[in-house]
Amino acid sequence: MTRRYVVRRVAQLAPTAAAILLVGFLLIHLAPGDPVLALAGQNGDAEYYALVREKFGLDEPLLQQLATYAGNVVQGDLGTSYVQGRPVVEAIAERLPATLLLTGTALALSTLAGLALGVFAATRRRRWPDVTVTSVALAVHAAPVFLLGQLAILLLALRAGWFPVQGMTAADGPPSGLGHVLDVARHLVLPAVVLASQEVAAVARLSRVGLLEELAHDHVRSARAKGVPEWSVVTKHALRRAMLPVVTVIGGRVGHLVGGAVVVEVLFGWPGIGRLLVTSMINRDAPIVLGIFLLVALTVVVANLLTDLLYAWLDPRVRYR
Amino acid sequence: MSDIAEVAAEGLATGPVPRRPRLAARVLRTPTGVVGVLITLCWLAVGVAAPALAPYDPFAIEGSALGPPSAVHPLGTDALGRDLLSGVVWGARTSLVVAAGVAVLALLIGTVVGLVSGYLGGWLDDVLMRSTEVFQVLPRFFLALVVIAFFGPGLDRLVLVLGVTSWPLLARVVRAEVFSLRHREFVDAARVHGASTSRILVREILPNALPPAVALLGLVVAQVILIEASLGFLGLGDPNVTSWGALASEAQRFLRAAWWLSVFPGLAILLAVLGLNLLGDAVTDAASGRR
Repeated sequence: MTRRYVVRRVAQLAPTAAAILLVGFLLIHLAPGDPVLALAGQNGDAEYYALVREKFGLDEPLLQQLATYAGNVVQGDLGTSYVQGRPVVEAIAERLPATLLLTGTALALSTLAGLALGVFAATRRRRWPDVTVTSVALAVHAAPVFLLGQLAILLLALRAGWFPVQGMTAADGPPSGLGHVLDVARHLVLPAVVLASQEVAAVARLSRVGLLEELAHDHVRSARAKGVPEWSVVTKHALRRAMLPVVTVIGGRVGHLVGGAVVVEVLFGWPGIGRLLVTSMINRDAPIVLGIFLLVALTVVVANLLTDLLYAWLDPRVRYR
Repeated sequence: MSDIAEVAAEGLATGPVPRRPRLAARVLRTPTGVVGVLITLCWLAVGVAAPALAPYDPFAIEGSALGPPSAVHPLGTDALGRDLLSGVVWGARTSLVVAAGVAVLALLIGTVVGLVSGYLGGWLDDVLMRSTEVFQVLPRFFLALVVIAFFGPGLDRLVLVLGVTSWPLLARVVRAEVFSLRHREFVDAARVHGASTSRILVREILPNALPPAVALLGLVVAQVILIEASLGFLGLGDPNVTSWGALASEAQRFLRAAWWLSVFPGLAILLAVLGLNLLGDAVTDAASGRR
C-alpha cells in the first residue's frame, strides 16, 4: 500500500477526533443550567463544586476551558462519576470486556453468515432458496432490534427454555474454568444472534448483489467455458471482488453494532457499557455518559479508518484517487 | 441502513436525471415499488389521520388490564387497560412527525452544502467535504443519546440532532450531480445571459440536482424511524406522546403474560421501515436506470 495514502488517511483522523471532542465540550456548556451541575451532579456540596470548577477551569475564558478539557481527555482523564464515586475510566473499563465480547461475536457472525447466505442465494438466483433468503433479509433488515430480541426471548428462552433469559452468567454457575466459559457462551448465543441479525441481512443483500454482478462478467464466462468447476468459479473468480462492497461497509457496521448493543444489553441484561450508559442517563451521571460517547465515537472513527485502509489494500485503484 | 444507502448512492451519482413523471412511472412498474408506495402511503395516512382513526385516547384506561386481542380491543390492552390499537395509531403520528422534521432539515442542509460545494468548488469545497466526512462517521444514535441526556427528552431536540447529522449522504449526491451539470449547455447559456450565481443555482441547477437526493430520502428516513424507536424503547422518548418504541419498552416486563404488547408495536415499525426501504430501493434503481 502506498505510504502517502496511509499518511493522508490517518491525518484526516485529527479533525474528526477534534470535532468529537468539541461536541462533548459544547454539550456540557449548552445544556441548561450551570455547567458545574452537568459535570458534578445536582447533589454535590459547595466544596466539591469548587473542586470541579478548579479542575475544569470553569472560571477561565471558554477557549482556555476547551484546552483544559481536551488536555484531560487526551491524558485519559474522563472525570469522576459522582454516582459511583470513582474515575469514569475505571467504571467503563470494568464493563468494556462484556461489550467487546458481544459486539465482536456479532461482527464475526454477521460477516460469515451474511457472506454464506449471500453466496447461497446468488448461486440459486430466482429459485426458492434465493427468494426466501432475499425476502427474510428484507424483513429482518427493517425490524427493530428489540422486536427480534423480544421474539427470541419469548419463543426460545421462555417457551422453549433453550437459552437463559437474562444476564451473562448463571447465579449458580462455576466461577472459572471450562464450565465458566460454557456458561458465558450459553448466555451469549441469543444476544449475539439478535444483535447480528440486522447486519447479517445487510451483508447477505450486499454480497448477493455483488456476486451476481461479478458472475455476469466475461472472465467468469471464460472460466466456465474452460471447464472450471462451478464452486471454484464462484470462490476463486468472483467472490474476492464481490466482497469489496461488503468490506466498504464494515466501518459503518461497527457503528450500528455498538448502537444496537445498547438496546440488546438492556433487553438481555448484558453487563456491558450499553447498560451502564442507560443507567447513568437515568441517574443523570453526565461524566459517564460523556465518557462512553467519546469512546464509542472515536472507536467508530478508527473502525472507518481501518476499513478504508483494508479496502485500499484489496483494491489498488482506491489508493491513487 | 446508511451503508446500503451509500451503495445505492454510488449508482445514483452519475448520468443525466430522468424527468419526474417518467421516474414515478418506472417506480410503479416494479412490484417492489408498488408495495413500497402502498405501505408508505398507509403509514402517512395513519399518521396524519390518527385522531380520527384511533378508537380511544391512547392514554385513557378503557378496558381490563393485559386483555388479549378481542373485538373491542383488536390489538389487546396494556397493563393499565389502555387500548393498544390506539397507541399504535398515535405512534405512527409520532414517527411521522420526527421523520418529516428530519427529512426537511437533512434535505435543506444537504442541498445547500451540495450546491455550494459542487458549484463554487475550490477551498470552500474542500472545507465542506471534510466536514461532510466528519459528520458521516459521527454515530447518530449515540449523539442523540447524549443530547437527550443533557437536554432531557423531547421531539424538538430529537428532530434537531438527527436532522443536523443526517445530511452528508444527500450533500454528496447533490454535489456529484452539480459537478456533472455545471458546464452543461443550458447552464452556460444562463451564464452568458448574465444570470447571477444564485439564480443559476436555484433556477437551473437545483431542479436537476434535487431528484436524486429526494430519492435517497426514503432510505434516510427509514433509519431515522429505527433510531426514534430505539430511543423510545430505552425510555428516552418524549413522555408526553405515545411512540412505538415506548410501547415495546412497556411490553418488556410482560413478555410472558402479554405477547401482543411487544409484537404489534414492533410489527408497525417493521412495516413502516420496510415500506420506506422498498420505496427507496425502487426509486434509486429507477433513477440509476438499473431496471
